[in-house]
Amino acid sequence: MRDPRITAGAVALGLIALLVGGAFFGLAMEAVRNPQPVAVDATMLRVVRFTLWQAALSTVLSAVPAVLVARALSRCGSFPGRGLILKMFALPLALPAIVAALGVLALLGRAGYLAGPLSALSGETWPGIYGLSGILVAHVFFNMPLATRFLLEALDTVPADQWRLASQLGMGGAATFRFVEWPAIRAGLPGVAGLVFMLCVTSFTVVLTLGGGPAATTVEVAIYQALRFDFDPARAVALTALQLALTAAVLLVLKRLGADAAADAAISVTRRRTFGAGLGETVLDTLVIAAAVVVVAAPIVSVILSGLQADLRRLVADAAVHRAALTSVGLAAVSGTLAVALSLSLAAARHALARRRKGPASGLLERAMDAGAGYVLVVPSIVIGAGWFVLLRQTALSAPVAMTMVATVNAAMAMPFALRAIRPAYDASSDRYGRLAAQLGLTGWNKFRLVDWPQMRRPLATGLAFAMALSLGDLGVIALFGSDAVETLPYLLLARMGSYRTADAAGIALLLAALTLALMTLADLARKEAP
Amino acid sequence: MTAGPAVTMDKVTFGYGEVAFAFDICFEPGAITALMGASGSGKSTLLNLVAGFESPGAGRVVIGDRDVTALPPARRPVSMIFQENNLFAHLDVEKNVGLGRSPSLALSAADRAAVAQALARTGLDGKQKRLPRELSGGERQRVALARVLVRERPVLLLDEPFASLGPALRADMLALLADLQAERGMTVVFVTHHPDDARRLASRIAFLDQGRVAAHGEAGTFFSGGGPEAFRRYVGTRP
Repeated sequence: MRDPRITAGAVALGLIALLVGGAFFGLAMEAVRNPQPVAVDATMLRVVRFTLWQAALSTVLSAVPAVLVARALSRCGSFPGRGLILKMFALPLALPAIVAALGVLALLGRAGYLAGPLSALSGETWPGIYGLSGILVAHVFFNMPLATRFLLEALDTVPADQWRLASQLGMGGAATFRFVEWPAIRAGLPGVAGLVFMLCVTSFTVVLTLGGGPAATTVEVAIYQALRFDFDPARAVALTALQLALTAAVLLVLKRLGADAAADAAISVTRRRTFGAGLGETVLDTLVIAAAVVVVAAPIVSVILSGLQADLRRLVADAAVHRAALTSVGLAAVSGTLAVALSLSLAAARHALARRRKGPASGLLERAMDAGAGYVLVVPSIVIGAGWFVLLRQTALSAPVAMTMVATVNAAMAMPFALRAIRPAYDASSDRYGRLAAQLGLTGWNKFRLVDWPQMRRPLATGLAFAMALSLGDLGVIALFGSDAVETLPYLLLARMGSYRTADAAGIALLLAALTLALMTLADLARKEAP
Repeated sequence: MTAGPAVTMDKVTFGYGEVAFAFDICFEPGAITALMGASGSGKSTLLNLVAGFESPGAGRVVIGDRDVTALPPARRPVSMIFQENNLFAHLDVEKNVGLGRSPSLALSAADRAAVAQALARTGLDGKQKRLPRELSGGERQRVALARVLVRERPVLLLDEPFASLGPALRADMLALLADLQAERGMTVVFVTHHPDDARRLASRIAFLDQGRVAAHGEAGTFFSGGGPEAFRRYVGTRP
């Protein structure tokens, strides 16, 4: 008795394995074919060193302020605007990385909004924020709010009675921090820091757009440059091997530290306590929160302002923008649909396997459909893209091939996130109605029409919108495979930035941000409204 | 009225992790048997095996003179009512009952009449278009009973169906269940933790202990102190 759901899940796993395996095959072939393998040279080591260094700095600069901000938010309890601040802290991760990078440039670049004041302050012409400092600012913009949300959730796990006890015992701010808050934060900190570090090690877009020259290049950007500018596949293969070794080593260390690198970035922050603090503490907390709000809001506001200053009417009429927008939306739709199909197959197969097994121990296949699928994220999309690029470069890198690559790799990368929306709903629906449907003989189309679709359409919509948003904003695979024939909005944005058409770039960024946020809002709405 | 068939579990074994179950019992045809026992003793597992939601490791499940061990749940002559989630939350009362006639909801005039009649019989007339969330807990279980009526299967299994209802409602439901059984003559097996329910409704008691049928017999015998020691301990000080 072969369950079709398990077959579908196996096919989905097979497709993902093919995608990753094909890339590795391409890299291995290239390495074998090359009689003189490229040795790891000093330049490469410098790139590796820089990759780790910027990631470590970014992590410290994100996590330490996040501790202060999370504590301040937790201590202030509920105040008007708190929900709004938390919503805003979820924004950076929803924004395409290239839009955020552009926001940082619009703010702190040589001609940015703050260039004038900064020049006046320092007494010399503001040089602009390229290089390490630019990368760090962008990474903090992304990760400080993320870390804050995680740590706030950790603080919310402290039982209400402990807060009451602390205030009854007359603990001041310092004592409360030491005995109540710090233990909770310390428990969450390795996971948060690990996640941020991993995100920064594999950061591509930010480094590509804000990194300046060979001094500020990460391994991923070096792979891209080896393939697109130096036409040196052998070097790209060596760099890819380095990147894989680097990711694996980081993961191993993180695992030892107990961090979950495949953790959910979409967390809910709800509970709060309401115990009064002294006036001085309240003022300090307010200042900390205000500073964090400025750090997060300033780049977003810059994107909006500079975007509005662009000649939007001309951009909307621009044929290249039209084409890119159509390509982007089309690819995102295909990629999102594929991601949802993969997720649904995996969720159904996992559930069927879990129901079938006798006993608490889960089999290898079931585990592969479960957490295993999430580890696709650990193989950076640039690595997958580079592998296929090397493999296919001999034959033809035609437009259809490029589009297929972009759509499938983005689908695989979005799949773990779509799975998070779909799997719980599928499991709940099946647990609730599985026996009833079996008894009433509801199978196939009838079951889909009468049971699954009404139950699943909202989580499916959430997964689809989310996966589409991710795909829409991605500048990874398209950077490798893109060309004049295949341009997405992020690719076009990068091209306009490269040719110093800054106003155009700002306008496109605003357009892209609006599209992505609209999709994210849709995903959120679909999740919230009860069926 | 024809009496329901006997339900026989012939040396049925079932393993879930460390726990092993072995059931060997014949439920009397056309009678109401209360299935009792501590949590984890295997009451729900036994019902799931009869209904076909679980497959035995060895042994046979026989209903009447038909071996149903290999049949999927929908093809067994069995209806089962669960403690909760007997209704699809997004379908109205009429559709939930109608699914008992056709899994594609393609209902003939006769089917519709049967649904209307079953709803009237269970006191749900006028609530055809309500969604489950607009019903009380007792009413939801009545809808489940109405569906049992239109399915017309001769065996009815109930897994603590009234556990979440208050005492008065539970009494009402037990009375309704007794009436329906008297009309249809179904073979009924119901799981309950309440000795009162068993005393009021059941003519027979089967007592499970650690995955086995420890005792099986007349309800009267059990409640007049004739049950096994483990049963007396389970029920407590009351005889």
